[in-house]
Amino acid sequence: MSETTMKRHMGLKASRTLGNTLIYILLIVISIIWLVPFFCIVLQSFRVESTWQVGYVIPKVWGIDNYRNLFSTDFPRWYINTFITAVCTALLQTIIVLCMSYTLSRFRFKMRKPLMRFMLILGMFPGMLAMIILYRVLKDLGLTQANATPGLILVYVASSGMGYYVSKGFFDTIPKSLDEAARIDGATRFQILKKIILPLSKPIVIYTILTAFMGPWGDFVFARYISFGASAGMNVAVGLYNWLTPDQINNNYTMFCAGGVLVAIPVTLLFLFLQKYYVEGVTGGAVKG
Amino acid sequence: MAQLSDLEFLRLSKGRKFLYKLGRFFAGIPKAIANVFIKLWTLIKSGILAIGREAKDIVTTFINGDWKTKVSYLIMGFGCLARGQILRGLLFLLFEVVFIGYMILSGGYWLSMMPSLGKVGPTEEYNEIYDLYVTKYNDNSFQILLYSVLTIFFIIAFIYTWRVNIRQNKIAEKILATGKKLKSSKEDLHSMVDESFHKTLLALPLTGILIFTVLPIIFMVLVAFTNYDGAHDGYISNLFHWVGLDNFNTMFSWKSASGTQSYAATFGEILAWTLMWAFFATFTNYFLGMFVAMAINKKGIKGKKVFRTILVMTIAIPQFISLLYVSKMFAKDGILNGTLMSLGWIDKALPFWEDATWARVTVIIINIWIGIPYLMLIATGILMNIPADLYESARIDGANPWQQYTRITLPYMLFITGPYLLTSFTGNMNNFNVIFLLTGGAPTNPAASSAAGSVGYTDLLITWLFKITTGADSKYYLASVVGILVFVVVALISLIVYNVLPSIKNEEDFQ
Repeated sequence: MSETTMKRHMGLKASRTLGNTLIYILLIVISIIWLVPFFCIVLQSFRVESTWQVGYVIPKVWGIDNYRNLFSTDFPRWYINTFITAVCTALLQTIIVLCMSYTLSRFRFKMRKPLMRFMLILGMFPGMLAMIILYRVLKDLGLTQANATPGLILVYVASSGMGYYVSKGFFDTIPKSLDEAARIDGATRFQILKKIILPLSKPIVIYTILTAFMGPWGDFVFARYISFGASAGMNVAVGLYNWLTPDQINNNYTMFCAGGVLVAIPVTLLFLFLQKYYVEGVTGGAVKG
Repeated sequence: MAQLSDLEFLRLSKGRKFLYKLGRFFAGIPKAIANVFIKLWTLIKSGILAIGREAKDIVTTFINGDWKTKVSYLIMGFGCLARGQILRGLLFLLFEVVFIGYMILSGGYWLSMMPSLGKVGPTEEYNEIYDLYVTKYNDNSFQILLYSVLTIFFIIAFIYTWRVNIRQNKIAEKILATGKKLKSSKEDLHSMVDESFHKTLLALPLTGILIFTVLPIIFMVLVAFTNYDGAHDGYISNLFHWVGLDNFNTMFSWKSASGTQSYAATFGEILAWTLMWAFFATFTNYFLGMFVAMAINKKGIKGKKVFRTILVMTIAIPQFISLLYVSKMFAKDGILNGTLMSLGWIDKALPFWEDATWARVTVIIINIWIGIPYLMLIATGILMNIPADLYESARIDGANPWQQYTRITLPYMLFITGPYLLTSFTGNMNNFNVIFLLTGGAPTNPAASSAAGSVGYTDLLITWLFKITTGADSKYYLASVVGILVFVVVALISLIVYNVLPSIKNEEDFQ
């Protein structure tokens, strides 16, 4: 290698190292920005000296009083409500979504295209509009206020068929020749689904269960609407939100932090544990829209 | 704007090329809108033609059919029963019996009340036992409207089933004429997991969508033509009635009572901010997310997995926790202002949520914090699919990183994520959670609030709609007008983008 090319090579290398260093700094700064709020919320949940909002991060007196106080409120009830909703929704919604997406991906029937177009148009209506009437209907059925949990499950599950896009994208990628080969061997459509497609669909099944499970933990608007005024029927989002309203924030701010931590930990752990499937679902299906 | 040939286009300078493309885009909009109407018209025309064909077929089947077929016109399933298809026949018959029973017992009543939505409101009646006046509740407008819509659904389903029943007869006659055997009930059952498996699978999801999505939407669209609100709730306070297009007139009129702003002006203001928000929320996330993904994926960067996990973790934490907490961090007495003040960088708390412009910028910035991890995941998946040899050859040709980005990465990303960008734009228009949990619409916009309850500078149409329904007067009719308008705006944007941008239509071309 001649001297000049050598120098150029070194220069390139130096500029690449410089570039990489900059990127490292950038990524570390980003990571810090993304994590700071969560550090703060954890630290504040251990603050004992005051229950209102303060301008500093590190507690002066540490303790688990906030966590202990949580159990003298309705928080455990909210937690159980949300957990039941999440588990039931995860199971039922997954069945509905998979039925829908599998059918739309695998079968070619006359109404398929019109049906998909119809659902696309339906999705353009703000869902909030439906809330008023669903509230009245559920109220007639006795599924609001303190009994809001079954009502919530019913509504989440019943309208979940519209969210078939991601898993349909997944089913589209399974070669159709598999189906055809099984058909030739005399399998019925049901057998094809059971014996061939389902064993191949583990990632998308887990993705669907995971997203369906996480949904109810964060749902706020509809849950608030139908549990209106009755603490026994609230989910964590609604209950904790009320603690931050202007008249309650001074008594309950640190308890909100503690409650938030207790809600976030199991969901986050589950999510990290199944992260692989989530990433696959998002990168594979979300883009095809 | 005149279309240029390829050669003419290539001769333009860079800036001109961009201007030309931009001009073509806007020039395409009227044509796209016209196209929509043309398509709508052809759809209606083909619908009418199809109904005509069906009617003709019904008549000819009756004329040419045997007596079993003819009886089936009155007694559904008779033909099936007479020809030995017991299961099908019974189902048809059962449906007819249920339908007629329902129509006599309640359906007829609901339909007869539909034009008036109830005649007698709540009345005061003297009760002798308690010696006082008690309120007696009579007609219920809400129920009348709801059940008459349901009844109409039911009638449509009946007509469809009746039509199927006739077609069944025609097909059965044809099969018998060729000397073949009809399907037995057992075979019918078997087909539910085989040829008609899709019907079995779709039955449950579609019923759910019909009852819990379609029905409420139709109902709420109808509410826009009534005076349903807190003072006319249809049962306890007062009945509500049809008011025609009055609510739309209110919404679109520029006139208003003295000292208040008109609805049209308020709507315009909120719509402008909604579109602005959707634009910034979508594109800041898109480009910054892509940028972060590229940084993490760059060759020679170690700990990719750690950085990715940190970002992904923030998706897992329920939004109401992170958004509510961050909203309090930025409050006047929050951690951010407190820290900055104790560092001595500022003397006075920064008005993150108190000033209109500050609040608008802050929600967009916090939305970046929420959205980047998700975009980072999507972008990572796509970036990994770009063939490496594209970059290799670009480098050999002497392209610098910026050129590689604008010539390879960006076009590739835009082509693949075109549909995603559109859905994300419309999704952001209706992004209730971020706005409601961060600001609740604050700071209040006094001028706009005078027209329609409390309206803030960061309110989107969707949060405005929510405030209208939960506000003091609960003007449901107004909320439903706003909802319809949101639909119109979203549909228009989607249609225009789909029709004007070829890259979205033909995304497969690029792959």
